[in-house]
Amino acid sequence: MRKYKNLFLGLLGVFALMTSCNNQGKSSSGGALGSNAADRVYVGPGEYDEFYAFFSGGYTGNLTVYGLPSGRMFKEIPVFSQFPTNGYGYSEETKPMLNTSFGFVPWDDSHHPDISQTNGELDGRWIFINGNNTPRIARIDLTTFETAEIIEVPNSAGNHSSSFITENTEYVVAGTRFAVPVPQRDMPIKDYKGNFKGALSFISVAPETGRMDIKFQLMMPGFNYDLSHPGRGKSHGWFFFTTYNTEEASTLLEVNASQNDKDFIAAVNWKKIEEYVNNGGGTMMPAEYAHNVYDDDTHMATSTMKKEVLTVDPTKVPGAVYFLPTPKSPHGCDVDPSGEYIVGNGKLSADLTVHSFTKMLAAIENEKFDGEAYGIPILKFEDVLAGVVSQPGLGPLHTEFDGKGNAYTTFFISSEVVKWKLGTWEVLDRQPSYYSVGHGMIPGGNSQKPFGKYFVSMNKITKDRYLPVGPEMEHSAQLYDISGDKMELLLDFPTHGEPHYAAAIPAEILMPKVKKIFKLSENKHPYAAITPNDTKLVRDGKVVHVYMSTIRSHFTPDNIEGIKVGDKVYFHVTNQEQDFDVPHGFAMIGATNAELLIAPGQTKTLLWEPKKVGVWPFYCTDFCSALHQEMQGYVRVSPANSDLELSWSLGED
Amino acid sequence: MKKASILMIIGSLLLLGLFVFPLWNIMLGAPQYPEPLGMNIHIDGIRGVEEFDIQNIDGLNHYIGMKTLPKAEEMWEFSAFPLVIGGMVFLGVLIGLLGFLNKVTYKWFIGWFVLMSILGLLGMYDFNAWMTDYGTDLNPRAIMKLTHPDGTPMTYKPPLLGNAKILNFNVISIPGLGGYLLFLGMLLTVVASYLGWKSSKPKLNSESNETTAT
Repeated sequence: MRKYKNLFLGLLGVFALMTSCNNQGKSSSGGALGSNAADRVYVGPGEYDEFYAFFSGGYTGNLTVYGLPSGRMFKEIPVFSQFPTNGYGYSEETKPMLNTSFGFVPWDDSHHPDISQTNGELDGRWIFINGNNTPRIARIDLTTFETAEIIEVPNSAGNHSSSFITENTEYVVAGTRFAVPVPQRDMPIKDYKGNFKGALSFISVAPETGRMDIKFQLMMPGFNYDLSHPGRGKSHGWFFFTTYNTEEASTLLEVNASQNDKDFIAAVNWKKIEEYVNNGGGTMMPAEYAHNVYDDDTHMATSTMKKEVLTVDPTKVPGAVYFLPTPKSPHGCDVDPSGEYIVGNGKLSADLTVHSFTKMLAAIENEKFDGEAYGIPILKFEDVLAGVVSQPGLGPLHTEFDGKGNAYTTFFISSEVVKWKLGTWEVLDRQPSYYSVGHGMIPGGNSQKPFGKYFVSMNKITKDRYLPVGPEMEHSAQLYDISGDKMELLLDFPTHGEPHYAAAIPAEILMPKVKKIFKLSENKHPYAAITPNDTKLVRDGKVVHVYMSTIRSHFTPDNIEGIKVGDKVYFHVTNQEQDFDVPHGFAMIGATNAELLIAPGQTKTLLWEPKKVGVWPFYCTDFCSALHQEMQGYVRVSPANSDLELSWSLGED
Repeated sequence: MKKASILMIIGSLLLLGLFVFPLWNIMLGAPQYPEPLGMNIHIDGIRGVEEFDIQNIDGLNHYIGMKTLPKAEEMWEFSAFPLVIGGMVFLGVLIGLLGFLNKVTYKWFIGWFVLMSILGLLGMYDFNAWMTDYGTDLNPRAIMKLTHPDGTPMTYKPPLLGNAKILNFNVISIPGLGGYLLFLGMLLTVVASYLGWKSSKPKLNSESNETTAT
C-alpha cells in the first residue's frame, strides 16, 4: 500500500512540474500575476522589503518585525517579557517597565498590534499592543523600535479586545475578555450572573508625546468582550466590540456559553461618553494600576502606581451604547474602510453577518428596540442587518479589507481564506491555508486606506510545512498576493511564538524615521560616562557604582580592585560609539540576571553581587571590531572584611 | 573694460563661497560603511559630512596609529586661510572697481590672478604636506602594522585629488563646492584680464570714434 502511495505522490510531483512549466509559459504573456512565486517574494541581497510587518508574539509577550514579501525576520522587540538578548526586564533601567499592581510580571500573552493613524491613515509614529494575561497596553516607539510605555488596566482580566485605535489615535481601547467582580472581592463563582462586570477602557493618547492615560472605563454587563474595531469615516466616533457568553455562564463555557443563538456586538458612541466625562460625568473609583514610562534621554524607565480610575455606567449616558444581535459567539468585529459595514464573524455560525452603520443609526432614531440587557437597548437583528455571506466556510474568525470593495475572511475550521464582495455578499475566491488560520492581515487593513497588495494568514498548526523539530514548532504565516482577481499563495514562513495578529506599514513611511544612534550629548542618564574622564567608582556602604564606558575595543576602566564579597555592584555602562549598528555587550561572570546590549549613546545598568573571592573577568558579547576578543577586563573581589580601597585603571601596567 | 571689471569683481566675490562651502571633500567608503564616512575641509577647519563622521574616522584610524584629525585651533592654517581669502577678495574687488573707474589697467587683473595662483599652489603644497605627515607619522604602538610587499611600512596618505584604495577603504578626494567656486572665480578673473587686454588694444578698423584705449 505504502509503495503505491509513493508512486502516487511521484506522479503528483510530475504533474506539478508540468503544471508549473505551463505556468511559466503563461508568465511571459500573463504579466505579474502569472509570474513565478519565488520571484515575487525574493528580495535580493542589499535590497529592501516593501513592508514592515509587526507580528504579535502571543505567549512570548513580544512583538517581532518581519519584512514583506520576503518573510525575513528583522527584530524581536521585547514588550511584556524579559529578554536576555539585550537585558530588557533585567537591566535596572528596564525592570520598572514590567512592574504591575501584582508586582513584577516578566511575561505576558500579546495579541493585537495596531499602528497609530492620522485622519484614518497609518502615520508610523507608534505601534500599540495588548498584554492579555495581566491587562496592559504597551506603546512601542517606531523611531527606536523599543517599548516606550506600558499602562496597566484595572478592573479587567484577559485584556483581549485590544489594542485597537481610533482614526486619529485619540484612543486605544482595552476590553476585558473575562468579566470579573468590580471591585474584586471574595464571592461565590456561581453568583457570576448579574454580579460580574465587563470593563471597556478608553485610553487616551497624547497627540505629541503618545503618553497614555485611562480616560474612562465603561462598566458593561458581565459578558466576555472578544474583539473590537473602531468606526471609520462616517462611523468615526463609535467603537464596536464583539461579545460571547451573553449567557453569563460560569462553568463549562464550551457548552454553556454557546446556548444563545445570538450574542451581541456592543456599539459604543465614545464621543458621547467623552462629552459626558468632560462635563464632569462618571464616578472616580479607587483602583491600583501601574503606569510605566521609558525615557529616551535618561535611558531609564519609571513606574508610577495610580490610585483611581474614572468609571462610567452606560445606562447613565442615554444613546451611548446599543447591542447589535449577532450570531453566534462572534470573534472578529471588523469595520470596512468606508465605515459602513460591521462584519461580525460568528465563529459557530455557518453564515457571515454584516451590519449596516446607516441602518443602525436609523433603527436608533426610530427607537426600534428588541428589549434591553441590563438597561442597554438591543436593536432588532433585521433592522441593522446589511447582508449575509451565506455558507462561506466553517468557523469565520476575522475579516480584513483591501480598500477595493473586497473583504477577506479567515475560516479556522475549514482552514481557508475566503474573498468576498462588500454589498453583493458573493464569494469571489477561496484559498486553503496550512493549517487552521486565525487572524489575517492586509497592510493598513485596520485603517481607511489599506495597501491591498498582500494578505498574510497567521496559522495555528504547522505540521508538515517545514522540517520537523520535535513536538513543538513555530507557527506558520502565509503570504498571498491579492493584487489580482484570485488570491495566490506565494510564501510560507515560520513566526516566533504565537503570531496572533499583525500590522504592517509601507517601508517608505517608516524607514526615514528610524533612529540610528542615541546622541551622547543628549544622554541624561544620572550614571552615564559621557567621556572617558567621567569613568569612576563610587562606594556607598556595600553598594558600589561603576561608571564604565565602552568604545571599540576597550572598557574604561578595565582593571577594578577593592570590590568585596557581599557588595552590590552596579555596572553603569555607557556606549560612547556614535556609529550606526555598533552596540557593545557587557557580560560579567557570575551575574545571575543577564548580559547587557548597549546601543550607541545609551547607558544601561547591570547589578552584580559577587559571592566568591577571586579575580573575575568581564567582556563584550557583541562582536564589535577586529579586536572584539580583546575587549575585556577584570574585577578583583576581596573577602568581605578586606580593607582594600577601591581602585581602577586602564592602560597602566 | 567695464565688462572686464564687472567680471573681475564677480570672480573675486565668488571666493566668498569658501566661507560657507567646503574647499575640499574626502569620502571613505568600505564594505561595513555602505554610507561612506566623510570629511569636508573648510578654510577654517575640518568638519564631518555627517554629524559623527570625524569621531568615527578617528575611532577607526587609531587601529593604524594615526593621529586624531586636527581641531581648528590645532593648525595655524585654519586661522590664516580665512584672512588670506578675505584679503584676496577685498583686493580683487578693489582692483575691479578701480578698473571700472579706469584708474588701473587689466595688468592689475593679471597681477591679482598670478598672486592668487601662487597662494593657491602654496596652499595645495601645504595641504599635501599635512596629509603626508598625517598618513605617515604613525604611533609606533599602533595595533595594526602593515607593510608593502617590499617590506617598507605602509602609509595612509589620502590622495590630493582622485581616489585610492587604503586597506579596506576606498578614499575619494575631490574639491568641494567652495573649491569649485574658487576655480570658477579665478577663471572669471582670467577672462576679465583677457577682455581687458582686448579692449586695451587700439581698434585699427574702428567704425566709431571711441577708439581711445582705456
